Amino acid sequence: MSNIPGELKYLSSHEWVRVEADGTATIGITDHAQDLLGDVVFVELPEVGAEINAGEEAGVVESVKAASDIFSPVSGEVLAINEALEESPDLVNNEPYEDGWFFKVKLTDESDLESLLDAEAYSAACEDEDH
Amino acid sequence: MPFIPHTEEDIRKMLETIGAQSIDQLFDEIPSHLRAGALDAIPPARSEMEIMRLMSDRAEQDSGALCFIGAGAYEHHIPAAVWDIAARGEFMTAYTPYQAEASQGTLQLIYEFQSMITALTGLDVSNASLYDGASGLAEAVLMAIRANRKSKSKRVLIAGTVHPIYKKVVNSIVHNQKIELVEVPFDPSSLTIDMAALSKFEGEDFAALIIAQPNFFGTLEDVHQLINWGHEQKMLVVGVVNPTAATLISPPGEWGENGADIAVGEGQPMGIPLASGGPYFGFICCKQALVRQMPGRIIGRTVDLDGKEGFALTLQAREQHIRRSKATSNICTNQGLAVTAATIYMSLLGHEGIERVARACHANTNRLAGLLSAVSGVEVVSTGPRFHEFVLRLPASSRLVLEHMELQGVLGGYDLSTHYPELENCILVCATETKTEQDLNAYVNALELSLKELEAA
Repeated sequence: MSNIPGELKYLSSHEWVRVEADGTATIGITDHAQDLLGDVVFVELPEVGAEINAGEEAGVVESVKAASDIFSPVSGEVLAINEALEESPDLVNNEPYEDGWFFKVKLTDESDLESLLDAEAYSAACEDEDH
Repeated sequence: MPFIPHTEEDIRKMLETIGAQSIDQLFDEIPSHLRAGALDAIPPARSEMEIMRLMSDRAEQDSGALCFIGAGAYEHHIPAAVWDIAARGEFMTAYTPYQAEASQGTLQLIYEFQSMITALTGLDVSNASLYDGASGLAEAVLMAIRANRKSKSKRVLIAGTVHPIYKKVVNSIVHNQKIELVEVPFDPSSLTIDMAALSKFEGEDFAALIIAQPNFFGTLEDVHQLINWGHEQKMLVVGVVNPTAATLISPPGEWGENGADIAVGEGQPMGIPLASGGPYFGFICCKQALVRQMPGRIIGRTVDLDGKEGFALTLQAREQHIRRSKATSNICTNQGLAVTAATIYMSLLGHEGIERVARACHANTNRLAGLLSAVSGVEVVSTGPRFHEFVLRLPASSRLVLEHMELQGVLGGYDLSTHYPELENCILVCATETKTEQDLNAYVNALELSLKELEAA
């Protein structure tokens, strides 16, 4: 079973959100997602300063065998993107919840977080997908 | 696995398995007005004998004349070995074989092709080829719109000195995507982009600037100045180039401070016969940073589990079979056979050999222009540096002069008045390495005689 940290929020499309101490949100893809994709070779990220909306595409993650859109779980302004992924996209496979993060957002609406899945619900969603 | 279309019996079995009564029922979710149905312009089938006769009659129309028409397709000598090798059963197939397990030979050939074309253009990556130069330029425009993150614009600046038919093809392909082509006027006396007209676009938002070198008139543009201007204006710059000329003048990868972002061109001069206009192939190259926006197939070199070198399609996540509606392009093929011939042509001649061809074309064209400037009433309009074409102004109707020359077995050039009212009675003339001293004299004689005939008429 893949690693699903309890302190994060999730989308059923396999993105995770961590709310940091300063109130900003960090977004990435789950351990389960990187496992499904296989070796990640390229990540396309939004522009810093861009306004993104919850549920909309914010980038693309590409592996040797597939490419998937990344959906933003929250709305807000992109504060930072993980530039390390340009040189080392394999961070997504090796450390999906730490150094493999994708981008950081300044939340415009805290209530976005309420509609997201907790670890238990996301785990159940993954189980359903497997059947 | 034979690549043979299915029989009636196959179709019947498949429909039975699916549970559909007929092909029409299988596709019934597609509205009937969208289906092709009978194609009115396509005549009914004919026998082999009739087709052979039709084709030889048509081929006859293209044979025997001395050809001095360039305008995007050029008569070059093709060593006999090129098509002798390309036509071998291992290469010659209507199908483009990409399966790494079965097609290492073809895949390596395409990889070599990509390596040669990038060497010619001075850029980082090439794809496996596109349909032709004109549609290649359309793909380059779409690519630039996708790739230019500094510009939100769906407008592209295109030089008036780009091939007029390329402009039409590009417009046909991109206008439905709400992409607008804005043309930069050219100066009819210098036959190059009008820099004053170009500078009027300063500060406007365009995704790309498209320039041609040599341009449609065979004249050389100041590409270094043009490309630096385009980059200052935050545009990506696309260069339309001739692969023969790329050995003689600076290749697009070396233009200006940073080089062109994308280069495209018609591959026909590399060993493909004129053949009444096709099939040809297009090439497209770009900087490494843009590779994920490249349309079509790309072959890479890798190693297998045993560490042995092998070739395979790479970066396929851009493509339709993986990205579906979000693919960078709907092209999942290449011009396999033409590229095979071109790769053999380039490997037989080498860079040095192609450069010798280019020098011979350049020298012949200059010689012909020199001879023609002595003909009374005729004016060589092209005064600036040129590659292997020049513009000639005639003292009579260009259409009639060309018709009279043709009657004497000389195809005198491309009539420019068709596309350019400002170049009335002008023709575009090309002399490649295939033309001898005798051929050049035959041109001059045919022209002089035609002018006399028209004067007397």
